Amino acid sequence: MTSQGNTALKTTQDAPQSDIAVSVRNVSKIYGGAIHALNDMTLDFPRGQLTSLLGPSGCGKTTLLKIIGGLLDQTSGEILVNGKPVDGPGPDRAFVFQDFALMPWASVIRNVAFGLELRGVAKSEREAVAEKYIAAVGLSGFEKQYPHELSGGMRQRVGLARALSVNADVLLLDEPFSAVDEQTRRKFQEDLLALVENEKKTFIFVTHSIEEAVYVSDQIALLLARPSRVSEIIKPDIDRSISPDALRRDPVYLDTVERIWSSLRSYVE
Amino acid sequence: MKLFGYKLPMMSSLLIWAVLWEIVGQLDMTILLPPLSAILAKMIEIVPTTSFLSAFGVTARAFLVGTGFAVAIGIPVGVLMGKSVLIDRLLLPWVNMFLSAPLTALVPVLMVLFGIGEQTVIITTALFAIWIIVLDTRAGVKQISSSLVEMAHSFGASSFQAFFKIYIWAALPEILAGVRIGFIRAVKGVIIGQLLVSVVGFGRLFELYSANFLMEHFWALLLVLFFAAFTLAEGLGYLERKVDYYAASRAP
Repeated sequence: MTSQGNTALKTTQDAPQSDIAVSVRNVSKIYGGAIHALNDMTLDFPRGQLTSLLGPSGCGKTTLLKIIGGLLDQTSGEILVNGKPVDGPGPDRAFVFQDFALMPWASVIRNVAFGLELRGVAKSEREAVAEKYIAAVGLSGFEKQYPHELSGGMRQRVGLARALSVNADVLLLDEPFSAVDEQTRRKFQEDLLALVENEKKTFIFVTHSIEEAVYVSDQIALLLARPSRVSEIIKPDIDRSISPDALRRDPVYLDTVERIWSSLRSYVE
Repeated sequence: MKLFGYKLPMMSSLLIWAVLWEIVGQLDMTILLPPLSAILAKMIEIVPTTSFLSAFGVTARAFLVGTGFAVAIGIPVGVLMGKSVLIDRLLLPWVNMFLSAPLTALVPVLMVLFGIGEQTVIITTALFAIWIIVLDTRAGVKQISSSLVEMAHSFGASSFQAFFKIYIWAALPEILAGVRIGFIRAVKGVIIGQLLVSVVGFGRLFELYSANFLMEHFWALLLVLFFAAFTLAEGLGYLERKVDYYAASRAP
């Protein structure tokens, strides 16, 4: 991935690499002066790993992701990316949206290259990058198609390729597979594991599916609501070298799912 | 449309009215309505004359400049109103008021403000067109999915880039509908302006023909105007249908 001599792909930070890519420090978010969406939350996201934010609806997981992405402002506290406080969106983070957020009037390749287009990268250069990532998400041959000609799963692959092509250190995924059917979803999860392995990026992944979180995550932050808090950090100790099918029957995998469910059940009841 | 199993050609209703018009005209019932054939003959006669062509030029220029202003100001204002609740609250009452206001009654006021000249005609034309363009653009921007806007923001789009790369395109079907209706209103606007203000161009010809009861001339001019407006509206309608698939595919 780094062999490409492309200026558009140059990483934006030269600071010494710590093990923590994103650090959330005492962040609170209050809507309309009364609704506490987040309450003094502190959480670290290790570099090069996939961390899931898992929890019932209303626990503030999407709010936290949007604050990290700079799409929402926190009421207090700070977000550090590579040790530097951030305010607003930046080239060090890229977002993948739940409803894909593709431009219906633009072809796949223009959608994927859009982040680079906004930065003023020349057309031939940005399309070369886009083509590479379209291939990486398995959409070669669909470059000239329009979003309405693609299935839901394929549209989300376009969204993923768009986030990858700006070469941000941190990828923020907001329930990316929730609008995708079950079979596609499983294939997608497997591909995501391969991407985490190959891209050496930090992934922050919001989901409400326990199975999905356990399957794809290096670390799971279990969030609870009222008051919103991090109730537990779980690191599923799963051997990822075994096949996906064996993994889904792996006792450690099943035990972790069960353990999270029992924590959540006491909360739901 | 089909009648007795035969497929009727497009605009066959126009043919029926044309025949009826011809009959009434030939019966010589009123001076106001000469036969259609005589009007068409008059049209062929007067269109190539220099006085007609220069009048056409004056009117076309006032129309194009006026609608140009209406589009260039109306679309950004509509986008701003769709984006910002504050600006929307501030401007919406005025836009709605001017949309239904009898603008013709305003023309004398405009004459006091801007003088008796082409400038006032252009402003009148723009005022006829702009309000519906603003309102339709605003409606188009209001339905843009918030995640598309967040997407542009998160990938670092400036306000300028967001306007030209997201808002305009995402609201394009509504914007084109507004521009089409605005242009049809502007045809009225430019003639009213020319009749009331400086008495130039087609306005002067209308005045001249009706004052002298030259009804063949009058109807010939009206037909020319009608065809011009019709062609314009159809052209924009064609563009609108081409981008229509957005409406189906842009819903999240």
